Amino acid sequence: MAGEGAVHAIDVTVNGTSHTVAVPARRLLVHFIRETLGLRGTHIGCDTGNCGACSVICDGQLIKSCMMLAVQADGCEIETIESLGEGVDGLDPIQEAFKEHHGLQCGYCTPGIVLNAKTLLAENPHPTEAEIRRALKGNICRCTGYVNIIRSIVAAAGAQGEVTR
Amino acid sequence: MSTPTGETTYYPEVEQSERLGAWSGKSVPRKEDKRLLKGQGAFVDDLWMHRQGHVHFLRSPYAHARIVSIDVSRAEAVPGVYATLTGEEVGALQQPFFQMAPEPAGLMKDYCMAVGKARYIGEPVACVLAESAELARDAAELVEVVYEPLEVVVDGIATIEPQAPVLHEEIGSNVAWHGLYDYGDVDWALEHADHVVRIDRLHFHRFSSTPLETSGALVNWDPGTGVVEFRSNNQMPMFAAMFIGPAIGLGIDHMQFSSQDIGGGFGIKITSYTYLTALALLSRKAGRPVKWSESRWEHLAASAHGNERTFLDIEVPVMSDGTILGFKVRAFDDAGAYLRYEPLGAVIWSQVVPGNYRFKHVRVDYTETLTNKCPVGPNRGYSRLQHLWLIERIVDIVAKELNFDRVALRKLNYVQPEEFPYETPNGCIYDSGDYPAMLDRALELIDHDAWLERQLASAGTGKRIGIGIGSTLDSGTNNFGQSRIINSALPFSGNGEAAVVRLDLYGEVTVTIGTSPQGQGHETTAAQVTADILGCSPDQVHVVAGYNKAANTYVGFSGTYASQFAVTGLGAVMGAAERLRGEIIKVGACMLGAEESDIELADGFVRLAANPDAAIPFIGIAATVFANVAELPGELADSVTLNCRYVYRPPFTVPDHETKRGKLTLTYASQVHAAVVEVDDETGQVTILDYAAVDECGRKVNPKIVEGQVHGATGHGVGAALYETFEYDGDGQLLNSTFGDYHAATSLDVPHIRTGEIECPSPFTPNGAKGMGEGGGAPLSTIASAIEDALPPGAHIVFDTHNNSERVHELLRSAAQAGPRGVEVISR
Repeated sequence: MAGEGAVHAIDVTVNGTSHTVAVPARRLLVHFIRETLGLRGTHIGCDTGNCGACSVICDGQLIKSCMMLAVQADGCEIETIESLGEGVDGLDPIQEAFKEHHGLQCGYCTPGIVLNAKTLLAENPHPTEAEIRRALKGNICRCTGYVNIIRSIVAAAGAQGEVTR
Repeated sequence: MSTPTGETTYYPEVEQSERLGAWSGKSVPRKEDKRLLKGQGAFVDDLWMHRQGHVHFLRSPYAHARIVSIDVSRAEAVPGVYATLTGEEVGALQQPFFQMAPEPAGLMKDYCMAVGKARYIGEPVACVLAESAELARDAAELVEVVYEPLEVVVDGIATIEPQAPVLHEEIGSNVAWHGLYDYGDVDWALEHADHVVRIDRLHFHRFSSTPLETSGALVNWDPGTGVVEFRSNNQMPMFAAMFIGPAIGLGIDHMQFSSQDIGGGFGIKITSYTYLTALALLSRKAGRPVKWSESRWEHLAASAHGNERTFLDIEVPVMSDGTILGFKVRAFDDAGAYLRYEPLGAVIWSQVVPGNYRFKHVRVDYTETLTNKCPVGPNRGYSRLQHLWLIERIVDIVAKELNFDRVALRKLNYVQPEEFPYETPNGCIYDSGDYPAMLDRALELIDHDAWLERQLASAGTGKRIGIGIGSTLDSGTNNFGQSRIINSALPFSGNGEAAVVRLDLYGEVTVTIGTSPQGQGHETTAAQVTADILGCSPDQVHVVAGYNKAANTYVGFSGTYASQFAVTGLGAVMGAAERLRGEIIKVGACMLGAEESDIELADGFVRLAANPDAAIPFIGIAATVFANVAELPGELADSVTLNCRYVYRPPFTVPDHETKRGKLTLTYASQVHAAVVEVDDETGQVTILDYAAVDECGRKVNPKIVEGQVHGATGHGVGAALYETFEYDGDGQLLNSTFGDYHAATSLDVPHIRTGEIECPSPFTPNGAKGMGEGGGAPLSTIASAIEDALPPGAHIVFDTHNNSERVHELLRSAAQAGPRGVEVISR
């Protein structure tokens, strides 16, 4: 107990920037991203892997960064919400679709959900509503009832913004 | 304002703005979205201060226990631990929080941490401040607490039996409040009715809308100035200030509150003032800023829950034509272990005494009780949704037992469109509405007739189809004078909100408001109304994000809660913008050498209406007033500031404590929902096949934001109806304290929601809008109604708001058992 315990050197690439850094063994990846790197767009909602607010993309896969230790990210390429959209103000097409279709309210789940949508659309460019719902299952939103999130993802996929059942 | 007969004046005439329209009413994209989509929001856990320490609360593992001793010495010896604080110290440093209950419950001694006794699982008993959150948590494990477990009571009715353990000895019982609400003459109605329908028991379960961002704060007691800075996600900061200040001897002038982005609130972040108090004491003791981020477990176990309410001995007088005369009921509301916003819930439900109906005779014998569970706090639809669910259950059960068509029975008993403004039996005024048209629209959206056919066709397939209806109200803009109904000595009445609209040096329009939004898009809608009044684009209006007490834009009611921003918040913004408009015109007229009546504001210019080329941009006005003021006549220069503050005040009077009558809320948004469910005969599994939500909230400022609120409120209701419930065992242990166990509704649980709208502008508000967003808990009524419709003949009534597959399975089996059904009819 007490103190930070054993420290390990890791090489990790985050949003295209490579970091060689010593991290305490028990530091969670989400805390490494938020506290060590200062990337505050990755949020914490539950600590138990249920809510997905801490979702990031690790080697192309959507993962929950509260379920992974920073040391486990050694050698990995990580993308966080800060990698999307040009510069300080630019929105990428998925983000634009969320703005257009009111796919966010408080914005706390939003970074995780947008990254979820990005990985989904990379694998399945034209998902059905059922496929979108299945993909979103691990990302909880308490504000939108998911309706406009689904509309936003359908729109980002290039289909009509109106979801039909 | 007068009734159709012109005889009754309910409120002074309201002048409604004619300037709204170019931007108000349009689904303008939200100003907030860019930063939130890019992960640039500033939530409380994103804040940081030099020398800050991290806080971990040690919490009681017992629901009821005497704290024999707390030894923090081992924790304090850990390198990197800055300070600890125990309940015992709190007992010396803090005065008990102000109580709104009258005596004896008002004698309750509530502190920010357990003093002497812990009364629910998760109650903080000590806290540790350390250089990292992990270290604080480790060190908290070294704090040695000796508990002497006490007998536990978790049942909200059994708790008032003489043998139950008393939570607060100073009160002497577990009754938090008791009162009789008696309107009309329900005894006469029961005597003269053709039928009396008696329902044994209905139960509204305990759940919470659980914002995705938990509570948190960064608090710093500045030793130099004595000012305590609270940077938090509390959603009603001035209410918090009223509790914190007297408790730790701070004037309001020595407390600074701010928040920018808040990750959802739904009312649950109102009562976090207890934690803010502990953090302030800890910061003073340690001489450091202290940062606290609540874990999800802590949030679920020990922030606030929604009110649990049990209704007993319901009697409903019904005439042979279907007219329901009213009802009588005994209600028991379980407040948990402390009264932190309560017992306001004991009166707030009475904003909607007859629900959407013309009931004249209502008697509610209301008791609020204390149990060894998490204290309740306002949760989306607060206190009204329990009562509205009771009413919708009554209407459905009456229809079923007396063979009335549910749709026709509702239409017969609804307040009719031509009856608005409508005075309820307790003197509340429903401003506007058209409930029958909303019901038609909801049924049309789900294609009701087609489902009736499929329902028939499904017979014998093992998949039962049920259709449900729920009609509810979202009363908005509280009259805080209703608090006097529960305690005549309380010094609260009315309501209000403040806003400042100013023209800055380079002609920027800047708006500050006393609200603390959690995703409701205040920056956008405030910019829309301001742009309309000042003749510019919302892009030219900068609405300062979040709440900041230092902006001097607040009143005692400031915050974001209880469905009122569209009225109080925007009412304040509109008033301030009108004042600024007047000043801009005054300066512009002087500079253009014209009369004020010749001036118009358009496209961000002050110009002559007759000659738009003679124009001055806003920067010209601002630069003159701020930096070139000698150009203006002295009298004019002295009369403008371009910094205009306005407080919107709804036209309330103080309700009557004795008769429990008064105008308790200004606006009444309404909802009619319809749902189709499939119930699996073997497992009791409920699947929603179709869902429609029709919402009426007066004139909408931003229809897309309104629709988003309807979706969100519906999602919460669906989650609570089928998945989300706080279950305690007999020892007071919370059985579902993670998101996995609690099962916050996922994308697979909330159905696609069809929305429909009907617009009935409020005659009582400056913009015709009504507060909205809470949604009245309509899905709870609608899904209960649909499940009951799917049950076989002879089944027990649906008696609970929460109907998981286990409970539905029991209801399905009850049909074959031919036992009591929870209802009986006495016909004359």
